[in-house]
Amino acid sequence: MQTTVSNREFTTALSDPDTPAPKGIKGPDRKKSAKRFDIYRNNVVVGLIDALGEIFPAVARLVGEQFFRDMARLYIRANPPNSPLLFRYGRSMPDFLATFEPVAHLAYLPDVARIELAWLDAFHAADTSCFSAADLGAVPESELDDLRLTPHPASRIIRSRWAAVSIVSTTRSGASLADIDPTAPEDGLVTRPGYNVQLRRLPPGTATFLQSLIDGARLADAAEAAGRDCTEFDLPLALRAMLEAGAFSQRREEA
Amino acid sequence: MSKKTIIGASAVAGAVAMALSGATVVATTTGAAAAEKCYGVSLAGDNDCAAGPGTTCAGTSTVDYQGNAWTSVPDGTCLTMDVPGDRKGSLEPLDRDLPA
Amino acid sequence: MPDTPQPTQCSYGGAAIPPRAGAGLKTAHVDAILSDSYRIGFLEVHAENYMGDGGPPHRALDAIRENFPLSVHGVGLSIGSEGGLDETHVARLKKVVDRYEPGLVSEHLAWSTHDNSYYNDLLPVPYDEATLARVCRHIEHVQEALGRQILLENPSTYVQFEQSTMSETDFIRQIAVRTGCGLLLDINNVFVSATNHGYEPLAYLEDFPLGRVQEIHLAGHAPDVDDEGDVILIDSHDRPVDDRVWGLYETVTGRIGPVPTLIEWDADIPEWPILRKEAMMADRILEASAGPDASPRQRAARG
Repeated sequence: MQTTVSNREFTTALSDPDTPAPKGIKGPDRKKSAKRFDIYRNNVVVGLIDALGEIFPAVARLVGEQFFRDMARLYIRANPPNSPLLFRYGRSMPDFLATFEPVAHLAYLPDVARIELAWLDAFHAADTSCFSAADLGAVPESELDDLRLTPHPASRIIRSRWAAVSIVSTTRSGASLADIDPTAPEDGLVTRPGYNVQLRRLPPGTATFLQSLIDGARLADAAEAAGRDCTEFDLPLALRAMLEAGAFSQRREEA
Repeated sequence: MSKKTIIGASAVAGAVAMALSGATVVATTTGAAAAEKCYGVSLAGDNDCAAGPGTTCAGTSTVDYQGNAWTSVPDGTCLTMDVPGDRKGSLEPLDRDLPA
Repeated sequence: MPDTPQPTQCSYGGAAIPPRAGAGLKTAHVDAILSDSYRIGFLEVHAENYMGDGGPPHRALDAIRENFPLSVHGVGLSIGSEGGLDETHVARLKKVVDRYEPGLVSEHLAWSTHDNSYYNDLLPVPYDEATLARVCRHIEHVQEALGRQILLENPSTYVQFEQSTMSETDFIRQIAVRTGCGLLLDINNVFVSATNHGYEPLAYLEDFPLGRVQEIHLAGHAPDVDDEGDVILIDSHDRPVDDRVWGLYETVTGRIGPVPTLIEWDADIPEWPILRKEAMMADRILEASAGPDASPRQRAARG
């Protein structure tokens, strides 16, 4: 009597090393198959650990390679991928880091992971041109207050209670973190004008300003919201950051 | 520079003019990432069809995180910090022998 | 202003893959490939890595496409799944194929998705009638969706199934006959599986429907040990092609003539010149297999 092996039995054993290899698989000549089955277990887990290491290079560097790999294994067990596209994997890593006790003292890690996910999103975002200084200059003065903009598909804003933006850019460049005060809150903007992903720290209030514009607010209303939110808000500075970053693609036509 | 909290039409137009004139120095904006090679940018999370390292223990380890059983500690470049709630970060990269 | 995306110009759009050596495309190699005086015969990409909306991956592939014939190799379609195919993924594959018009499209005789979870490996299928019918259904569906023939690749396996009722070569032949798909013969996979399951790679190749082979894959493998301490080979793609695999390759090309041949190298990726050296080796063997008067057309007649 031959034992059949369903995909369910195979994957149950694949995901849980405490479950023996399915009955019904074999090595040649009645050889044992436990270790052979382990090859598949390894392929899956190691491939995912490697993928997470590529997706979160700053997190990996911050906690160290070995720690990251150990931690990634736990993450994978609890959060297996649900898409064949590995660049979509790891979406719940920030939440995982926020609750993982051994890194609780590194409170900025979840935000570091959020920025790295935003970076990857921007990397794969659709290609489109940016709303440029020339485009803004071409808007008649009488229409500036009512100006609405369409966000560039790569644009992502990250607001951190910590210095997550500086920590990511410094860690990814391999420079020393010695001069960074991790407790200084930072807002970050990820964009991709052309083909290079950019991460920049935003001046005070600018995150509110850009988020309001992304949400469809008029330019005057976005500026007012930012000014209310932050007394240091500097509109010309915010506009310069917005244009340099290529945060928007074009004027939004009235709905 | 005006610090008005209510920004009128003329303020927006003026700010746009200032932004476009280049009179404002974007001092607090950190430099963008250095320009990367034309096509040689690294991909992250690529799919491939290579098999992993065979019979290593990564896929078969049953050692999981259960409070004290977790002996691995961060030993990277992790930055020092004092956080609320009495959980103080260490000043140096953590030593492997420290309890988690 | 930063450079803005240019519309694709596919001078090699739809170009057939020549019976020469090609290489698996790695982004780190794109600049070196484009500026190399050695012109690689074609490049092959994993479809999944070009399923994002835009950005540097598509830009690099556009540049490659302008200069070289392109082959698209899927790794995530899970053709062997018990469940139905993931229609979303079929649609993604179609989008990549429509955009880049590759000369060849291939996938694996394997599965990787179950119950909405993705196991990023090429998992083995049992060789029985029920699986055969299902795989055929899936391949027919994919060929219909893409509007073209696909090639199916023979797997590397580490275990076998008690429930199998036919040989791998019979299984693959049946698939090709029933669905009209072409075959991608991975000679390293043949060597790896033959070693792992204790049969002769040459005997396997004798049984294989070589006449339907439209592409060959070559790669390196890593030795490990099984439960009894005997050698087991891992399809690691992390080193040069083994001499014994080169030997089998000469035998196959000697039999069927020149076939597009891909050098795969997916882990511990070396500098481009190392990969090029492997490709040039394959080119020499392909040239020898062409013989003084053989042509691709004669080869087709033989096949």
